[in-house]
Amino acid sequence: MTISLELFSYNFTIVLLGTMLLGVACGVVGLFTLLRRRSLIGDCVAHASLPGICLSFLIFHERDFFILFIGAIIAGLISAWLVSALCANTKIKEDAAIALVLSTSFGLGITLSKYIQFSSLSNKAGIETFIFGNASTMLRSDLVLIAGVSALSIAVIVLLFKELTALCFDQTFGTIQGLSPFLLDIVLMTVLCLCTACGLPAVGAVLIVALLVIPPATARLWTNNIPNMALLSALFGSLSALIGTVISSISPPSPSFSGLPTGPLIVITASLLFIVSLFFATPHGMLFKLRRRIQ
Amino acid sequence: MKDIAIEVHDLSVAYDQKPVLWDIDLEIATGSLTAIVGPNGAGKSTLLKAILGLLKTTSGYVSICNTGVSHHVGYVPQRESVDWDFPISVREVVLMGRYGKRGLFRRITKEDKEIAHQCLERVGMEPFADRQIGQLSGGQQQRVFIARALAQEADIYLMDEPFSGIDATTERTIVQILHELQSQGKTIVAVHHDLQTIPSYFDSVVMLNLRLIASGAVSEVFTPENLQKTFGGQLTILDRITEAMRTGQQRHTQDSKTEAAGEP
Repeated sequence: MTISLELFSYNFTIVLLGTMLLGVACGVVGLFTLLRRRSLIGDCVAHASLPGICLSFLIFHERDFFILFIGAIIAGLISAWLVSALCANTKIKEDAAIALVLSTSFGLGITLSKYIQFSSLSNKAGIETFIFGNASTMLRSDLVLIAGVSALSIAVIVLLFKELTALCFDQTFGTIQGLSPFLLDIVLMTVLCLCTACGLPAVGAVLIVALLVIPPATARLWTNNIPNMALLSALFGSLSALIGTVISSISPPSPSFSGLPTGPLIVITASLLFIVSLFFATPHGMLFKLRRRIQ
Repeated sequence: MKDIAIEVHDLSVAYDQKPVLWDIDLEIATGSLTAIVGPNGAGKSTLLKAILGLLKTTSGYVSICNTGVSHHVGYVPQRESVDWDFPISVREVVLMGRYGKRGLFRRITKEDKEIAHQCLERVGMEPFADRQIGQLSGGQQQRVFIARALAQEADIYLMDEPFSGIDATTERTIVQILHELQSQGKTIVAVHHDLQTIPSYFDSVVMLNLRLIASGAVSEVFTPENLQKTFGGQLTILDRITEAMRTGQQRHTQDSKTEAAGEP
């Protein structure tokens, strides 16, 4: 009885809608970062958004998520730019550049968030929740922001679907055809930063990359077609969010235990969907391949 | 005087201050079928990319049909330049050849689809149109790239090693298409490795080794001296080529003698 009541509460509905919308948007945007082989940039951007959040809190002394959100986006974009600048102007390759920027910015983020935690600033509660996320604190205004960002991101991806596909498949040929890889990458990185930043309160800086990578990787096992991949990726993202959020809300809280955390549960669900697909998917699942080999 | 399709003037390109192309002056005539030859690292692919405007040049310029715009240049990159596991079908790859004509935010039209269909038929790949590109053999992949370039409906075609790693059927198909394109008045420039087939496949040749060694009609510049200058110390190759050319010439004279003897 308590379970069903909990499931239909106003707060739960907000959290569920928020995480599911996030799953859809990250699934669609993550598909193109995956195809562009930039999945780790998502991780870098997410970790870098933490110091962005802390800095904008220190500047504006406001706990308002929209202000923190802007800080996160700016920091995310700067980190993505830093990675490409390091690759272009030094002998450092992309993997090392990402590790460098990611760890440095996260170190900065942790230091700043500890500083805020022990400072005498008011309104500071909850800054550290952006590291691992805490979906149950999601407000109606957060949901509106997530909905707006999701709609914008999906619209951008749909509008540029043909161009992004061409860029991911063959950048040189795309350039000859008049595409600008530079501008398309900026657009892709911006929607990536938007999705990452609005996912921070729910899933956290450390785990948000899972929503960007696992659903499209799962979708790849089921199809050879990019529009279908986008639909499946959105489906897997939102399904993981649905299952993860429901499990989190029905796990019984006690005085010493606040229930299982939503973000990690969403990530575990996404991984389980991936593992099941790895075996049972057609045409790229292991069992399907085995059967074909035997035949 | 012949029309010039591509003019390369004083072109130098350097990567990390190391020159890859040095002071190239070159004219490619409209309607010619030109091979670019040279040893590994001679700058052949770099020359194609510089003509396409994809590289920062250290000095000089390239002008295409006197415009300098590369949008109506068809391009066949090296097969290894893309990931063949990419989730895309043969037809979709060929349709990408139409994007340049359509432009940003424009949808692919029925006409585009019809053109892609015809291009696939020309290379004999229409039966494979719905296959994922990873399921193709090397030669079939090359034919898909040729079809994509054909879909561009360009006046100039640049091809980077279209004959590398392919089967005999594909080689015949590509040779036939090159000659068809030439008869339609198109200009074709291809990086080519197999020196023995140059006289039969191409009418002009550009010999390159960092600098331009020679360029012009195959019958005039494709000589053992120029090959020596281009390939330098790699004498084994050179010996084989000279040998192949000599036996080829002998066979040619013999053939013409037999033909002459056969005539009443």
